[in-house]
Amino acid sequence: MTSAQEDGNGRRLDHRPRIGVYVCHCGSNIAGTVDVAELRTWAEQRLRHRGVVVARDYKFMCSSLGQELIAKDIKEHRLERVVVAACSPHLHEMTFRKACTQAGLNPFLCELASIREHVSWVHTDRTAATDKARAVIAGAVERVARNEPLEPMHVPVHPATLVVGGGIAGIQAALEIADAGYPVYLVERDPSIGGHMAQFDKTFPTLDCAACILTPRMVSAGTHDNITLLTWSEVEKVDGYVGNFAVTVRKKPRYIDTALCTGCGICQEKCPKKVIDEVYESGLAYRKAVYTPFPQAVPKYPVIDARNCTYFLKGKCRACEKFCPTGAIDFEQAEERITLEVGSIILATGYDLFDPRRVTQYGFGRLANVFSSLEFERMTNSAGPTNGEIVLRDGKTRPETVGIIHCVGSRDRNFNNYCSAICCMQSLKFAHLVKERTEATVYNFYIDMRTPAKAYDEFYQRVLEEGTLFVRGKVAEVTETARLPRETGRLVIQVEDTLAGKQRRIAVDMVVLSAALEPRHDSADVAKRFGISCSHDGWFIEKHPKLDPVSTMTEGIFIAGCATGPKDIPATVAQGAAAAARVLGHIQQGQIELEPIRASVIEERCSGCRICNDLCPFGAITFVDERMLTEINPVLCQGCGTCIAACPAGAITGTGYSNDQILAQIDGLLLRALDVPDSEPTLV
Amino acid sequence: MTEQNERFEPVIVGFTCNWCSYRAADLAGTARVKYPPNVRLIRLMCSGRLDPTFVLRAFAQGADGVLVTGCHPGECHYLEQNYKTLRRFRLLQRTLNQIGLEPERLRLVWASAAEGVRLAREIATMVEDVRALGPLDWTGPGGTGSSAEREPSRDTAEVGA
Repeated sequence: MTSAQEDGNGRRLDHRPRIGVYVCHCGSNIAGTVDVAELRTWAEQRLRHRGVVVARDYKFMCSSLGQELIAKDIKEHRLERVVVAACSPHLHEMTFRKACTQAGLNPFLCELASIREHVSWVHTDRTAATDKARAVIAGAVERVARNEPLEPMHVPVHPATLVVGGGIAGIQAALEIADAGYPVYLVERDPSIGGHMAQFDKTFPTLDCAACILTPRMVSAGTHDNITLLTWSEVEKVDGYVGNFAVTVRKKPRYIDTALCTGCGICQEKCPKKVIDEVYESGLAYRKAVYTPFPQAVPKYPVIDARNCTYFLKGKCRACEKFCPTGAIDFEQAEERITLEVGSIILATGYDLFDPRRVTQYGFGRLANVFSSLEFERMTNSAGPTNGEIVLRDGKTRPETVGIIHCVGSRDRNFNNYCSAICCMQSLKFAHLVKERTEATVYNFYIDMRTPAKAYDEFYQRVLEEGTLFVRGKVAEVTETARLPRETGRLVIQVEDTLAGKQRRIAVDMVVLSAALEPRHDSADVAKRFGISCSHDGWFIEKHPKLDPVSTMTEGIFIAGCATGPKDIPATVAQGAAAAARVLGHIQQGQIELEPIRASVIEERCSGCRICNDLCPFGAITFVDERMLTEINPVLCQGCGTCIAACPAGAITGTGYSNDQILAQIDGLLLRALDVPDSEPTLV
Repeated sequence: MTEQNERFEPVIVGFTCNWCSYRAADLAGTARVKYPPNVRLIRLMCSGRLDPTFVLRAFAQGADGVLVTGCHPGECHYLEQNYKTLRRFRLLQRTLNQIGLEPERLRLVWASAAEGVRLAREIATMVEDVRALGPLDWTGPGGTGSSAEREPSRDTAEVGA
């Protein structure tokens, strides 16, 4: 606690640098709530003795004219420090640092005072907001006077990349990077890559066959010289930092020697154990205990599901081993852990389908002929459990009437507030497929119809013309309790038709629930493992929702696809490619620039007490026995500053966030020093 | 203007973490969530950077309350440094209580980058709690004069005049 007293707390500045203060109007974003002209005059007059030699306000400081204004002043007024009172540093710090650099001022001598996000946008009282803005500016002025010129750090970037998740987003990202000539590890926890897209039959609005467009990509990824596929594997641990991650991957035992396996499929044929396929077939069909999830699986090698395999359960069977023509079955295979060195990581871990059982009044899981959207996708798939026949749960009866319910689990306060983005189009696709393959009458129950992308609304028009009936209203319940003779033995959808303005009961044979997309059940754990953040829903948070949608706050870790929020296939593919482009930029530069915020030990002050030694989770702090003092490795240091705060001797100091800077900023924020012209921050 | 009619406007210094709570404050801004203007934020790279001296300094220089914020336990950008913040915070709290400072004046709030609304709510609650306590009557070595002098609206009013 004495560190600050020792280290510069109360140190007088030998020379008060010449400071320029720039107040941005941000159109009316700031000027609407804060008196910017008043701020400028105040800064110029009242902060003169704090070193401010020029203060200006301007409509948009971030515009090229605004930047030129600063550059001109740096030269004309010989400015040594710059304070820009504008938006959050997370938005425009770089802009103004660059402007300073171009005018010959070290970029780290520029400080942003956030008077938009932290003042004008959150307060309404003009006087109070202007007062607070004064405090924020005074804090920045006091701080910037103590900023030191710094040089950005550069770390080399390992040319290999880890892509987590082998759905279409991950495949796209991996292919882009691999095609550019750099190595990629593609990790997938299921036995095959392909993701949800591999389960679909048709894709909206073009009605392309999903397998026809996806499988070539899967094959390319599987055979690419630069891509190492690690299926049936999971990332267990991530060490290191941007440019140099060390990732531990757990390879689950396949019990198949992939060097010998030819993928002939005889083992699957001979395996006597049938298991309901809950993943790929959504529980509508069986697979064997040794299986590939689907015929086009990449890689072609099956896995033995040890939880269901008769040999693993009862100690005998080994039918697959007996019939395998190449002797590839290996029951002794053990779990394996491998460490990968990579420079960048892309997380494309996808989504989970909302479990429609949770909307109990819709009867999924209770009423046989209520289907989830993924079940229906499988049913319409010509390689699926019914060979593409649309039939009731009995497997043979064709429905005469089908009801498709939108927004199941989305746009619903009880479950998820968000719109799942794809359900409207998916439901329209379902309606089209039912019309195409049966004579059935189709009802779509929707709240709002959302068809915003290319050729989407045209598809809606087409489905309307095909004669699908649309009922606008949220379905209250799906029941088998008949009130009228025509309802007997059927499912009844109770709904308020908000366009007709009345309650309706519509009897149908089959109900399809367009379920929400939800974050993966373990997305919070995955985020923690990779050191990124999740929103309260569980989607990964991007660095900026509009301008940097595939980066995260953690350098070197990128996100793509539905892991960041519900999206359709085109958007998912675009994000996969975008993330790859960001990674390629880093790789081709060979190094990336980092903020030079690092801790270092002032040797003459270090007493060798070792209090800091256990505080660093990155192992940057080591004790040098011969010299009886502590050293900090700047390459490993991440700049959190925990050790600086802990050192009782004030022997550790941190660039960018020194005690001097922070204490001065506190004084400035509290406007204490202002009235006494020559005062300096004093000891507590 | 009489003291009775004047509502006490406390000044609170808020320490934020670059990765979570500062971003939460940014998010509150972007979403135009309103909260009282009594809190002034300082950005640190991590709540682990918080030297307890900073808190003492803020109180000594006129703050009526200090808000410490950081990532939720287990979500620290630097893996585990917020646990160290928590340890220091508890010690500091005890020390300050021993010298007679009301516990409500020092508060720790975890706020992730997504919790702009929550941070705004916590700030609003704290402002009301500290307002109820009145100005900090701190007469330590750094404190000069009466508490009224540290009363912020006057402070800024003087400066602004």
